[in-house]
Amino acid sequence: MTSLVVLLTLPLVAALAVLALPERRREPLGLLTVAIGLVAALTLAASVWRSGPVLLTLGGWTPPLGIALRADGLAVALILMSALVMSAVALAARFEMRATRVGPRAAFGFWVLMALLWGALNAVYVSRDLFNLYVGIELLSLAAVALVALSGTAKALAAALRYMIFALVGSVLYLAGVVLTYAAHGVLDIGLLAARMPAESDALALGLMTAGLLAKTALFPFHVWLPTAHAAAPAPASALLSALVPKASFLILIRLWFEAMPDLASSAAVMMLAVLGSIAVIWGGVLALVQSRLKLIVAYSTVAQLGYLFLIFPLAGGGGSVQPWSAGAWTGAMFLALSHGLAKAAMFLAAGICIAAVGSDRLGDLRGLVRHLPMTVAALALAAITLAGLPPSGGFTAKYLLMTSALAAGQWPLALVLVGGGLLAAAYLYRPMAALFAREARIAPRPVPRIWQAVPLTLAASAILLGLFSATPFDLLQIGRPEPAEEGL
Amino acid sequence: MSLTVFALTGAALVGLGVYGLLALPHLLRRVIAFNLTGSGLFLFFGAAGARGGAVDPVPQALIITGIVVALSASALAVGLVVALARSSGKVVLPDEDPAP
Amino acid sequence: MSLALDLALCALILGVSLAAVAGAGVFRAVIFFITYGLFVAIGWARLGAYDVALAEAAIGAGLTGVLLLTAQGRLRRVQADRTERPGAPLPAALAGGAVTLALAWAWFVLPVPEAPDVAQALPQSGAGNPVTAVLLNFRAWDTLLESIVLLAALLGVWMLARDADWDAPLGPRYHARPSGVLAYFGRVLPPIGLIFGVYLVWAGTETVGGAFQGGTVLAGVVLVAMMAQVLPPPRASKRLLRAALVLGPGVFLLSGLAAAALGGSFLSLSAALAKPAILIIEAALTVSIAVTLALLVIGPAEAPEPAP
Repeated sequence: MTSLVVLLTLPLVAALAVLALPERRREPLGLLTVAIGLVAALTLAASVWRSGPVLLTLGGWTPPLGIALRADGLAVALILMSALVMSAVALAARFEMRATRVGPRAAFGFWVLMALLWGALNAVYVSRDLFNLYVGIELLSLAAVALVALSGTAKALAAALRYMIFALVGSVLYLAGVVLTYAAHGVLDIGLLAARMPAESDALALGLMTAGLLAKTALFPFHVWLPTAHAAAPAPASALLSALVPKASFLILIRLWFEAMPDLASSAAVMMLAVLGSIAVIWGGVLALVQSRLKLIVAYSTVAQLGYLFLIFPLAGGGGSVQPWSAGAWTGAMFLALSHGLAKAAMFLAAGICIAAVGSDRLGDLRGLVRHLPMTVAALALAAITLAGLPPSGGFTAKYLLMTSALAAGQWPLALVLVGGGLLAAAYLYRPMAALFAREARIAPRPVPRIWQAVPLTLAASAILLGLFSATPFDLLQIGRPEPAEEGL
Repeated sequence: MSLTVFALTGAALVGLGVYGLLALPHLLRRVIAFNLTGSGLFLFFGAAGARGGAVDPVPQALIITGIVVALSASALAVGLVVALARSSGKVVLPDEDPAP
Repeated sequence: MSLALDLALCALILGVSLAAVAGAGVFRAVIFFITYGLFVAIGWARLGAYDVALAEAAIGAGLTGVLLLTAQGRLRRVQADRTERPGAPLPAALAGGAVTLALAWAWFVLPVPEAPDVAQALPQSGAGNPVTAVLLNFRAWDTLLESIVLLAALLGVWMLARDADWDAPLGPRYHARPSGVLAYFGRVLPPIGLIFGVYLVWAGTETVGGAFQGGTVLAGVVLVAMMAQVLPPPRASKRLLRAALVLGPGVFLLSGLAAAALGGSFLSLSAALAKPAILIIEAALTVSIAVTLALLVIGPAEAPEPAP
């Protein structure tokens, strides 16, 4: 429980401290914060592993009066993944800022916003209260939008504003659903809602909340803000935005559909979500294929990868019906969320190194970089293996679980989407790889410290390790899992 | 009866705001529309919370929190609008460009 | 009689909101929006939600209004291109209409649930005003996060400064004639506002008011004083200013952590200490809210524009 309180408060305290303390204390403080956070995340995971979900009633007031938090296996897996990504980003950001000569404004803002983003993520991962989740996700959105605008160019400002408008529409729709839920039941706690007397307005409430969260998760057709926004931010910020931020709103969707109101998951509704997800996989892949800048390719790949997550809704029974393949689909999607987070952060951090080395991320300018930056190119290659779902990566485990579930469920169109998405990913990732491995170089790169290069490599390697040692994370994800599936395949 | 009047007014405000948020080109107007949506939603909520005879304080507290959150979002949005206008001379979003 | 009053009020609310969305000119839209906020505040009073009425008048109409007016002035100064490309009116109208109809339908089918029993827990909460009890005790985590949301917005706004302007004072330079009306207000209003703001916070634990309403009034005081040049425009790097920003969330966080360290739950307030604790937290929050809100309105650092 102590480690949970630490994870909730540490990032916020750090943000306040960076604001209040003099500039020279900033970097040591940032590094100390991620170190403590990583230890706390490991401690919490160990505690969940040993003795099940950790509960916390804030202020000692139980719902419906107070707010309850619960760290189950899924929450703690996301907390751990986020702590890893945060640590990597903090390490890389120091080098990145020196290499790109970031001014005092953006340097200051980055550390505070990163801490606030982290605090919001941890708060959302464990909250069981629909309105508290609203406040958490607003904090997340504001910090994310500010990170997009950090570079201050007209392009970045326009991208941030477009993101902002989608975030505003999303928050209004989500809040409308929350209002209807409270007005009908007088409770906001997810556990209490599961035991509610169904009301006629519930479907509308769930629909509104879902629509709002889809806008924030950037599911097709609400994806249009994502690529420009993620590509416009400085590379370490892009890593946070792409790897972590959409996972928070996706997790709320999981909580709503599988835990709070599983009775409302009609087969048409869950299929609708999967269809949108499938279109996102294909459309995001196709658009990634035609980009000529590394960061945009990586950003469009996020649109595609987020699409896979939505296959969970029909495959895991939408919570409505217990099927033998549900557990596999559920765990597969969560594996994808985790491995995508690690691999995507690695890719953006590696892209940042490329930009620092050659001053651009156009594929033509990256030609032949493998000879100068072998570690960075290795990081990109390992991350690409995960994103394309090739063995032995975490992405492969995820796709394998989803695929077997889709086939067992007789949902062969979804299996086709999984195959097609993998092929598209291989194709759009081949282009930057081909450029990086080209024989001739166009630009003589500036030297990049090896420690910096080791950071994305470590992240990408951990995405591979997730596949090699999948048994432990697999079991962790089952702890406190909602009931839609009792047994795996 | 009065509660119904306020709730339906709230519902109308939400719709009007959603329309404005999606259709108005001027970005400052979109921020205004967002605020109408939020406050309409709160009005609906307030009316719902007053149905049980005694006024439920929980919606009131949530609404106050919501008002502050909406102001925070509005302030950042307005700041972005001004900054965009200063750097590009435009108060509308540029067309979608999947920049090559 | 009262129904007729409410009908008339709602008609007014809808009328001004329509004008704010559809009327010609951004300036007029802002003015209509402010008017709208005042009418809605009356509506909240009619619903018996006086705390919300105060919040809506102070924050919804007042501060958001000033924010929009200031922005409109700045847009005019940079002479932004005002050619309005038409949006997508038909799909937007359909979406808006659908949301309205759905909510209206929901109103008639919503069951009346049992509300959480705030009254029963109120004696242990340390606040006589149930809304304050919910905000500062039962749902303190919401309120703590909300105070951080304000800070995140301010950070976001600060990041919009040009790099060259980062060390400059915050906000545009205001010019008030020493004998003008604004300068007069700048001298007269702050003391009155100060008393009113502090009263709202003090009274908020027992009756109507609270940190957010009081803080907003105080933010107004700070704004008037700055516009009248009674207070000089501050720099973001100033230590005292930074301290004021983190005071509220900091005290809130530390008191929550202290409770956890002393064996209670995170953010718990023991019944004996709850009342003074809430007062201290509210006082600290008020300072931070007032400063944050005022700085949100004046905007990012701006170097003085060179004379034309």
